[in-house]
Amino acid sequence: MTHFVDRRLNPKGKSLGNRQRFLRRARTQIREAVQKSLKDAAVADIGKERKIKISAKGTKEPRFRLDPRASGERDFVLPGNKELMPGDTIDKPKTGSGQSGKEAADSGEGEDDFEFTMTQDEILDIFFEDLELPNLVRTTLKETPNKVWKRAGITTSGSPTQINLIRTMRNSFGRRLALKRPTKADIEALQDELDRLEQESPVNDEKISALKERLARANAKRKWVGFIDPIDVRFNAFTEQPVPTSQAVMFCLMDVSGSMGEREKDLAKRFYMLLHLFLKRRYKKVDVIFIRHTHDAQEVDEQEFFYSRQSGGTIVSTALDKMLEIQRERYATADWNIYAAQASDGYTQSGDARHCVDLLNTAIMPLCQYYAYIEILDEREMEVFASEDSGAELWRAYRTVAEEWPNFATKRIAKPADIFPVFHELFKKTEAAA
Amino acid sequence: MTTPLFTEPEWDFATIDRTYRAIEDIALNDLKLDIYPNQIEIISSEQMLDAYSSLAMPLMYNHWSFGKMFAREEALYRAGYSALAYEVVINSSPCISYLLEENTMTMQALVMAHAAMGHNHFFKNNYLFRQWTNAEGILDYLSFAKKYMAACEERYGREEVEAVLDSAHALMDQGVFRYRRPPKPSKERVLEKRRRRAQYDEEAYNELWRTLPAGVEPPSSPPILDPEDEFSGEMKLPEENLLYFIEKNSPSLAAWQRETLRIVRNLAQYFYPQRQLKVMNEGCATFVHYTIMNTLFDRGLITEGSWLEFMHSHTSVVFQPDFSDRRYGGFNPYALGYGMMSDIRRICEQPTPEDRDWFPEFAGKGDWMGTLKDAWANYRDESFIEQFLSPKLMRDFRLFALYDKADQDKYKVSAIHNESGYRAVRTMLARQFDAGVADPNIQVTGADLKGNRTLFLSHGMHRGVPLHNQTKELVLAHVERLWGHDVKLEEQAA
Repeated sequence: MTHFVDRRLNPKGKSLGNRQRFLRRARTQIREAVQKSLKDAAVADIGKERKIKISAKGTKEPRFRLDPRASGERDFVLPGNKELMPGDTIDKPKTGSGQSGKEAADSGEGEDDFEFTMTQDEILDIFFEDLELPNLVRTTLKETPNKVWKRAGITTSGSPTQINLIRTMRNSFGRRLALKRPTKADIEALQDELDRLEQESPVNDEKISALKERLARANAKRKWVGFIDPIDVRFNAFTEQPVPTSQAVMFCLMDVSGSMGEREKDLAKRFYMLLHLFLKRRYKKVDVIFIRHTHDAQEVDEQEFFYSRQSGGTIVSTALDKMLEIQRERYATADWNIYAAQASDGYTQSGDARHCVDLLNTAIMPLCQYYAYIEILDEREMEVFASEDSGAELWRAYRTVAEEWPNFATKRIAKPADIFPVFHELFKKTEAAA
Repeated sequence: MTTPLFTEPEWDFATIDRTYRAIEDIALNDLKLDIYPNQIEIISSEQMLDAYSSLAMPLMYNHWSFGKMFAREEALYRAGYSALAYEVVINSSPCISYLLEENTMTMQALVMAHAAMGHNHFFKNNYLFRQWTNAEGILDYLSFAKKYMAACEERYGREEVEAVLDSAHALMDQGVFRYRRPPKPSKERVLEKRRRRAQYDEEAYNELWRTLPAGVEPPSSPPILDPEDEFSGEMKLPEENLLYFIEKNSPSLAAWQRETLRIVRNLAQYFYPQRQLKVMNEGCATFVHYTIMNTLFDRGLITEGSWLEFMHSHTSVVFQPDFSDRRYGGFNPYALGYGMMSDIRRICEQPTPEDRDWFPEFAGKGDWMGTLKDAWANYRDESFIEQFLSPKLMRDFRLFALYDKADQDKYKVSAIHNESGYRAVRTMLARQFDAGVADPNIQVTGADLKGNRTLFLSHGMHRGVPLHNQTKELVLAHVERLWGHDVKLEEQAA
């Protein structure tokens, strides 16, 4: 009468449909939350599972409920009295805490914040949505590391297209020798002999019939011992192996002087995140180095890079010097692919731009796989500098570098959607190289 | 000396089966419980989360709110804030209990005693469940509901269906018949409905779909199930069941939308008894598992180690934090229910003079199982507390009552656990567990079907407590969506 059922092997993800419906429903809140959480996230952390906290706005499930705080009266019973006597009074808890707060949470209200975990794919979907990446790029970015088919010796089974002729023929030859399979020449020799005997007179019947028998036996044996037998056949074997990826280092250079505000840094950060994703896809190991500069450059950790401020002038070349110094010390070009991304608002001390160009042309660009310079403007400036040719000193100086080096990109951005075109070029290049 | 049923913490099906038999033996022969056939399913933690998030039912139509619930539960579970329930049990026949695969053998035994015996007996015998829920039919109905909603999504689009479900869910608490039984369709109508459902299944059946892998449902057009249910022209007023009224009388709903409302309404009605029986249901199951596990131990069928493991888990289940405790989150129905039931046993076996005074009907009579069974069958939380809460238990729980008036900034202690306060505290606690009082009393008072089609609702305020203003507006927006025209809600002092 009792049934025991083992359900553990039933298909998983029964609630996937519900989850998708929920994510779609809370899209706006989730997008906000993801952007916010990425803002606080480390550059290398994008594309990991993460916890998301959203406000319960779009996903409220209201029900009629009573509000005894508004007016009216009620009685209620609590457990755990210690010293209270009838007639005593106690303070009401403040709104949103204590007993009534709990009640509110139970009835599906008051849940202003709602925390849950999103998978890597779900996060990337939302991150990309804002950057307006083409779909093709999205999928390639989310792809797991590339794999290639490598030769893995010889097997006895496989598809006919993978047949290894030399091995197969060698086996077949050995077998034919071992089993003494009559060759065509043997048969022909017998046949000639037979013809000759039949022409001869007097006819030697005995010899002829013996020869005929030998011929018949030889023919039969040719049939039994096939030219190629299934046991001879060999195939080339392949196994999937991850692409041996080398390592890359990514230098993030940023001007942190007073003129770079919260918005500018946020845009720069998105840019670095995306670059990191791209590099992650190509290289197994990606180091990220943060160099900030004012009139003086320092290597710092990510936290300081994005969040601390420094006052001072702006000398861009100091950062380039610093980058070269670090590269010489730690990242030999033989072992490392070097990428650099520089973000700035375009101001530098007059005369310094010249120096930068020299550094780039002579020292840095020969080392770098790619160097991206982004100038972060506000939307108003964007209109003023509509043309690529006009701009501040640094911009004009860098344009000359770009003309010389195809792997040097300059771009102005004012909003997240502007970031992608920079990568478009980078991406095209890597595709062509691959 | 008998050998224990198991000595290792790991379980396997043979051990579970053996243990189940021993438990069933005690339940049927010693306690004389009356149960539905049991079906026991072992599931993984992810499946347990799944079960949680779809209202603890094995089948459910798709809706984003279940996804939200799942995400929340999963986050809590992963962060270690909440352990998973050891079991989920479904009021159906056969009675389905889910056991978590991670449980130790002792926990599996505890859970079987709790769910497959305790809850099961309560489901089968309590008058509310007997009268209001159809244990035999619920799984079939859910399966129908799931298919139907999927077909509607296919045909009318997800957004459309979601909108109706959102609105219907908002009114779920107002979608039950509290005081009268649902209008019962005549036998012919029932047969007719069943025929139509079967016909729908037949029509939806298509040779082509047979080649689909199992579990893939073919798309089909949802049928109109009940053309007679279209607006009939007469309304019975006032009507407490908003969903029912709207389903029958809304001037703007299409047939599939009415069927959707009916599905949500039937679910609400199915769950309504559980809301009125939290204390008794959990109390009954906890009392039964406690008695069974101790009997197993007394007979040498479980080891001392298992017994200690069981006691550890039992005591944390029936723990009731004080109101001033940070962990306090309302009354723990397990603690109160179990406390009262073991107290009834004590009164039957070793009554004090005070108990004889308060409970002359059964104090000292010894037949605790008979008394409990009678209570389990014929009471709900409110009446059970009003009838059986003893002064001793009130002292043990140190219960006290507060009087709360909205315009005063302090609560006043109105009664405590003393001679003059017992009755007042008991009555107030009973009221607190009365779903009829806790839920706002909202009724349809009229609908201007000939004129501008305004729907009139009224909230009969209990002791001047109004509806929460913000949520009221949100819910009313949902009502308007279903009704299709203006809705007016009046709050009246009752």
